[in-house]
Amino acid sequence: MPLITYRDALNQALREEMRRDPRVFLMGEEVGIYQGAYKVSRGLMQEFGERRVIDTPITEEGFTGVGVGAAMVGLRPVIEMMTWNFSLVAIDQIVSGAAKMLYMSGGQVKIPMVIRGPGGAAHQLGAQHSQSLEAWYSHVPGLKVAMAATPYDAKGLLKSAIRDDDPVMFIEGETLYGSKGEVPEEEYLVPLGVADVKRPGTDVTLFAWSKMVKVALDAAEQLAGDDVSCEVVDLRTLRPLDRQAILDSVRRTNRCVVVEEGWPYSGVGAELADLIQREAFDDLDAPVERVTGADVPMPYAKNLEHLAMPGPERVIEAVRRVAYLD
Amino acid sequence: MANEQVIERLAGLSSDQALDILYKMLLGRRFEERAAEMYAMQKIGGFCHLYIGQEAVAVGAISTLQPDDYVLCSYREHVHAVVKGSDPQRIMAELFGRETGLSKGKGGSMHLFDVKNGLLGGHAIVGGHIPLATGVAFAVKYLERPQVVLCFFGEAAVNIGAFHESLNMAALWKLPVVYICENNRYGMGTAIERASAIYDVAQRACAYDVASETVDGMDVLAVRDAVGRAVALARREHLPSLIEARCYRFMGHSMSDPVHGHYRTKQEVEEQKLRDPVRHFFDVLSAQGLIDQKGLEEMDARARKVVEDSVQFADSSPQPPPKALFEDVYSEPYGPYTKSEPRP
Repeated sequence: MPLITYRDALNQALREEMRRDPRVFLMGEEVGIYQGAYKVSRGLMQEFGERRVIDTPITEEGFTGVGVGAAMVGLRPVIEMMTWNFSLVAIDQIVSGAAKMLYMSGGQVKIPMVIRGPGGAAHQLGAQHSQSLEAWYSHVPGLKVAMAATPYDAKGLLKSAIRDDDPVMFIEGETLYGSKGEVPEEEYLVPLGVADVKRPGTDVTLFAWSKMVKVALDAAEQLAGDDVSCEVVDLRTLRPLDRQAILDSVRRTNRCVVVEEGWPYSGVGAELADLIQREAFDDLDAPVERVTGADVPMPYAKNLEHLAMPGPERVIEAVRRVAYLD
Repeated sequence: MANEQVIERLAGLSSDQALDILYKMLLGRRFEERAAEMYAMQKIGGFCHLYIGQEAVAVGAISTLQPDDYVLCSYREHVHAVVKGSDPQRIMAELFGRETGLSKGKGGSMHLFDVKNGLLGGHAIVGGHIPLATGVAFAVKYLERPQVVLCFFGEAAVNIGAFHESLNMAALWKLPVVYICENNRYGMGTAIERASAIYDVAQRACAYDVASETVDGMDVLAVRDAVGRAVALARREHLPSLIEARCYRFMGHSMSDPVHGHYRTKQEVEEQKLRDPVRHFFDVLSAQGLIDQKGLEEMDARARKVVEDSVQFADSSPQPPPKALFEDVYSEPYGPYTKSEPRP
């Protein structure tokens, strides 16, 4: 199986879906001539032309709304956010528009649209460019939120998102673009709403998504040396949430830690903790632990940024707490 | 026949077309008057923004369209829906929040959608739908279709970023959209002079090299003329336009707001009512001998009957069933999410 980057896996997904369906187009800042700020759209303008790969002005609210409008009459837009940080100036189009159109119209107007781009912190990009906004978008009924951790999932999930009839917020990992993984040559899809066990284990479940999957796997590997067996469950989609997979794992291990890059307050991990305490209370041998980004705007200084981000060390500490090892 | 020729010279309209325009304005007026009564009787809830006084804009503008052209509106859109061809019974039912409403009772007064008639909402964040209309025009061009998009909004919306972003993209990409600013002078209770550094809304089009016109929005033929030119430009050359229609709302911003008070005087409203667009157009047609007072009364009776039937239909329609609560959140079945949510 070919080993390719997360970036190229996304590129393949876009290319295949644009070949498959002429209603699919890609729009955003620098997606065409410049070949993409992160090169996800490399070569697409050459293949599909300026009609289907559209460079925009820096106008996130405007072109996101153009995407919603185009979807209202049957096109299938893929709107690239250069980063999800910029989606905050487009949030009215997403939350008041895309998420509500089907409901407000009594089922008449579907929004088959994908908004995609990198989210989360990278390296010393400062407070305004280092935000994990998945909790914001997961909060909204009408939206779906997908976040891939591997090249395989990135390709399969993006293809499913493009074929989906509802608006999908596809939040990529900014520091994952160069990561490599096996991706089959033949076509495949990864369905939305299905979690994946990235490492089976018996003692503690680690729930993670996007680049926190790697953090969880690193922690699990180190803990294996101490005879603690961790199961790593990659949620892959935050809405719809694969509640069954979450509860199944907790019922096997009876202990869990949620690893989340975003802020703790009203975070996705809070939602998971709520779900688990309600549905699996009697299966729990310890309170649900959360490892999150620090509850601060992201600092610039390298050492402070490192402190703010969840790393394997903090995950290991949390695992030891839920396993009552200390 | 001579009269008809005069009318045709004035606006290229046959007598039937001219009378139909008058009828639609009257129907819109009667619909809104009855909606006000139904609101007072609490048959209609929430916000209810009436169009009384502005009828010439929607009727004149939409009269230039083909049936498959698209219209997107703000939340003051009952009459646009009537004129675009939606069934008044289903509009009223939507206002009543009934299952038979255009949006199954889940949209309400501010969110009227009727896709088969080209009505794409009913949007209630000021200016937020202007990019949507731009996107519909983008799709029309992408699909190489001959349609045109009309986007209606108030003068307060031109201060929002989405307006400027949209005009820029529409001009840059040559999109077949006509932006129609219904300048009724007040964004809720704030006069345009107190909100906009520029008095002439149409001037704003210069910034994006977009064609623009200012027109008397109380004169249905003038609106029809100006929008007709813009629609032709959009259809023929895929170019956007901005039309500023200067009009006046005779009612408060919404049913829960006063007609006059702190922000405008009773005298001002009464003076404006002398320019009533329905009366004005009746006078034009009457002077041409196309209709007399008796004809107007007959037409009015017809309009009232349609509105009365719509009230009867709405009032006798069922509320949406409880299971509708979780329908149409997604394209696939959904919800409830938690155990303590209602389980219809």
